[in-house]
Amino acid sequence: MIRSPLANPRIANWLYGFTPPERGVVVLRHRRVYIVPTRAGWLYGATLGILLVGSINYALSLGFALTFVLTGLGLAGMVHTARNLARTAVSAGRAEPVYAGEAAQFHLLLDSRVPFERPSILVRHVASGAQLVIDVPAAAVADVVLAVPAAKRGWLPLGRVMLETRFPLGLFRAWSYVEPDARCLVYPRPERTPLPPTSPEAHTGAARAQAAGSDDFSALRGYQPSDSPRHVAWKAVARSEDMLTKQFSGESAGELWLDWRLLPAELDLERRLSCLAGWVLAAQQSGALYGLRLPGEEIAPARGDAHRAACLKALALHKAP
Amino acid sequence: MNAQPHPLAPELRAVSGRDLAALVASLLLVAAPHAEHSPWWVAMLVLSLYAWRVYLGITRAPLPPLWLLLVLTAAAMGGIWAQYHTIFGRSPGIVLLCLFSGLKLLEMRSHRDATVVAFLCFFLIVTNFFYSQSIPTALVMCVALVAITTTLVGFAAPQRRSQANLRTAGLLLAHAAPAALVLFLLFPRVQGPLWGVPQDAYAGVSGLSDTMSPGNLARLALSDATAFRVEFRGEPPPPQLRYWRGPVLWDFDGRDWRMGPTILSKFTPPVGGDRTYRYSVVLEPHNRNWLFALETAASLPPGARYTEDGQILSRRPVRQRIRYELESVTDAAPETAQDSGALRRALRLPEGFDPRSVALAHEWRDASQSDAAIVARAIDFLRAGRYVYTLEPPRLGVDSVDEFLFDTKAGFCEHFASAFVFLMRAAGVPARVVTGYQGGDVNPVDQIVTVRQSDAHAWAEVYLRGQGWVRVDPTAAAVPGRIASGLARAVPEGEPLPLLMRPQLQWLRSLRYQWEALSYKWNIWVLGYDPQRQRELMSLVGMRDADWRKLTATLFTVLGLFTALLLVWSLRRVVRPDPVQKAWQAFCRKLGARGIERSPFEGPRDYSERAARDLPQARGAIHRIGELYVALRYGAAAPPARIDELKRLVRDLRLS
Repeated sequence: MIRSPLANPRIANWLYGFTPPERGVVVLRHRRVYIVPTRAGWLYGATLGILLVGSINYALSLGFALTFVLTGLGLAGMVHTARNLARTAVSAGRAEPVYAGEAAQFHLLLDSRVPFERPSILVRHVASGAQLVIDVPAAAVADVVLAVPAAKRGWLPLGRVMLETRFPLGLFRAWSYVEPDARCLVYPRPERTPLPPTSPEAHTGAARAQAAGSDDFSALRGYQPSDSPRHVAWKAVARSEDMLTKQFSGESAGELWLDWRLLPAELDLERRLSCLAGWVLAAQQSGALYGLRLPGEEIAPARGDAHRAACLKALALHKAP
Repeated sequence: MNAQPHPLAPELRAVSGRDLAALVASLLLVAAPHAEHSPWWVAMLVLSLYAWRVYLGITRAPLPPLWLLLVLTAAAMGGIWAQYHTIFGRSPGIVLLCLFSGLKLLEMRSHRDATVVAFLCFFLIVTNFFYSQSIPTALVMCVALVAITTTLVGFAAPQRRSQANLRTAGLLLAHAAPAALVLFLLFPRVQGPLWGVPQDAYAGVSGLSDTMSPGNLARLALSDATAFRVEFRGEPPPPQLRYWRGPVLWDFDGRDWRMGPTILSKFTPPVGGDRTYRYSVVLEPHNRNWLFALETAASLPPGARYTEDGQILSRRPVRQRIRYELESVTDAAPETAQDSGALRRALRLPEGFDPRSVALAHEWRDASQSDAAIVARAIDFLRAGRYVYTLEPPRLGVDSVDEFLFDTKAGFCEHFASAFVFLMRAAGVPARVVTGYQGGDVNPVDQIVTVRQSDAHAWAEVYLRGQGWVRVDPTAAAVPGRIASGLARAVPEGEPLPLLMRPQLQWLRSLRYQWEALSYKWNIWVLGYDPQRQRELMSLVGMRDADWRKLTATLFTVLGLFTALLLVWSLRRVVRPDPVQKAWQAFCRKLGARGIERSPFEGPRDYSERAARDLPQARGAIHRIGELYVALRYGAAAPPARIDELKRLVRDLRLS
């Protein structure tokens, strides 16, 4: 199979006229705006040819005039199509963090920078195909939100975005690529798991698990992979097919440590991070003072949205030791 | 790359109500003029197809199935075959195109189909020019062009207001105009046709023919259509001298006069004459070879041929408006040399017709000394006969000359000419009928003489020994007013006249004169712009012997220049950079060169604080710049004095 030369980043960068990612405001210079006739454009050209031959054959002076006005119209249409895109200033706005599996909402700001309207501009995220058509008003900024699916935790770069227009006549298609330096933080997909017990002193999961709450049995609930085998209601399992976990009460007071080591060892990295993210959310909801402990990283117990964001960010960016 | 549908792809965009309305309006503009020359059922059918599609658009009902459209197409083609006995040729082709526009409308779902219909409109515009290239037609088609362009813009921006799209269309057409003008003037013109044009391409043009029967000139005289226009260098001749010579008719069968075989001959300019007129003629197409000239022609247009009986013929039938230069002399001495064969032909009469006229002619023959005396008697006879000049002559029977001369006594010029020549031949004087035009209207605006079909005329020429062929106008003898003051004064009051000849419409006529003057310019410069005019124009701007290579080179240079200008226009800096912003950027660059780069998140205050810490020697200036920038950029007012201060501070900032 022949590899597309565009797969080579050096060729692609030269061709597209920029080296990604681009910081700050990107102005679409004419050098970066490409233009080719559309299928309708080719049909228009053929129409002009037939009109010209007919005018010559029947010596129709006004036929010539019409053919030439239409030729001029085609030329003007070409320039206007390129103009509709050229000199637009593109910059990336904020992208609020999302959880893996959701769509990252990338804001792109299209600054018209000219005193005329730029109608019908298609903004398309190349990799995901997320797209929408907008009108950029005269001398104003249009805010475009591209919903890019975020599959994995970590930083999600925006990647290449295509801007395309066929305005005003649909005879030509002008397009340009930008790759703004925008990224979105993707938290691990949170998995709802019961919180570990609170323990002001406990430092190891095992000790704390025994010390706290093991006597105040409150209920049985469905087994979740993050549950410690110690809490599985083995007797109940023996009676029925379902795995059940014993739940304990009395976990509201004191510091809550969301510790990596509390999770069963057989869970893989991503799964553990998902469970931890679920814990962070649950802990935030319960109003507890909570801290996060990851291999090689520790966030002191605190409360509030900023703390939650810091914890989730640590989970999102955590690398396997 | 991925399977997402492309939102700008025309095949995926449904036709909206507005698109449909704009398309149907455009179609009506370009197809309506065809209603005049197409069969009534086609006009009705096309209109109902449009109406049907509009109805389906309003009710959002599904479009008709393909089989129904195919049946309709087949039926329409069958109807056209029945009407024209062919589906090729100009008229059936145009009618078919109109029908297809309606049928295509009925299977139009997406913008792709709608674009095809819009392009079809361009073809329909051109088909209108087959019938008329007048200024009103051109104006209507300009309106149609704006409508189609707006329609196309509407396809590209469906969410935009229609007025905005109309403005865009106007701007596009305004930008197209210079290129169109350059192309019109410089595109190398080729003399068509490139291939054979259909047989019926020139149907429906009116003019004189090579036969004359009672009543056919009178019918022609009811037409206001222009036959030709003449521009004289200097004064036009008076009306009674304006005889425009055309077909000469020799052979009579008792009812019709025919031209018979034409014999070409060498042209010899006439001798004598009291005045020479130089003029150019713009002849409307009449699908015949005659070129009309003021009697008597003293030169021939280039490429024209000359016949023995003084007709000037072009090599090919006149199918486009042509222009030729001529010289004529009035009252020239007639040609005397004439071979005996031609004179015998000029005496031939059918046997057994019009006995009363033959008897009258013989009576004159016996009582007269010379041929000239016979002619004089005949003229006296017509003058005394109280003949009525009318556009509605009574129908005549087998002995048409007898009935006209002695019974009905009412006729048009062909009756007078026919009867006169018959009498002359019966009396033994060689004579022939000459048809052409007499008179013409001088436009007071530009002094151009317009000769209309209503000026069609027939007169006689008799051969007098020693003098040659002499013009005799029996109509002038019987009805003197016809020649002196035109058709309108000569016919009795109450008879229908061509509209513009009616005397009570004086104001309309003066308007008409203005219009005629404009049309003349239009015909000469727009419609008559041919390879020859192009060469003339090019030599005017200093390009000698412009051939197609030179023209093409110039054309592409000018077109390239035009596109470049448009590009520059689209690139022009319209938003002037804010001086405050400019000064701030210069400040950031200066600091950046010293290694203090501004981070994207860093506000101006933080940045200048940091810079002032790092560069204590310029501390004061840096602080002041930061302050000024914040005040000017985010403050309510920006007094020019403070902007100047900021600019000066940044300029004078020394960091080393």
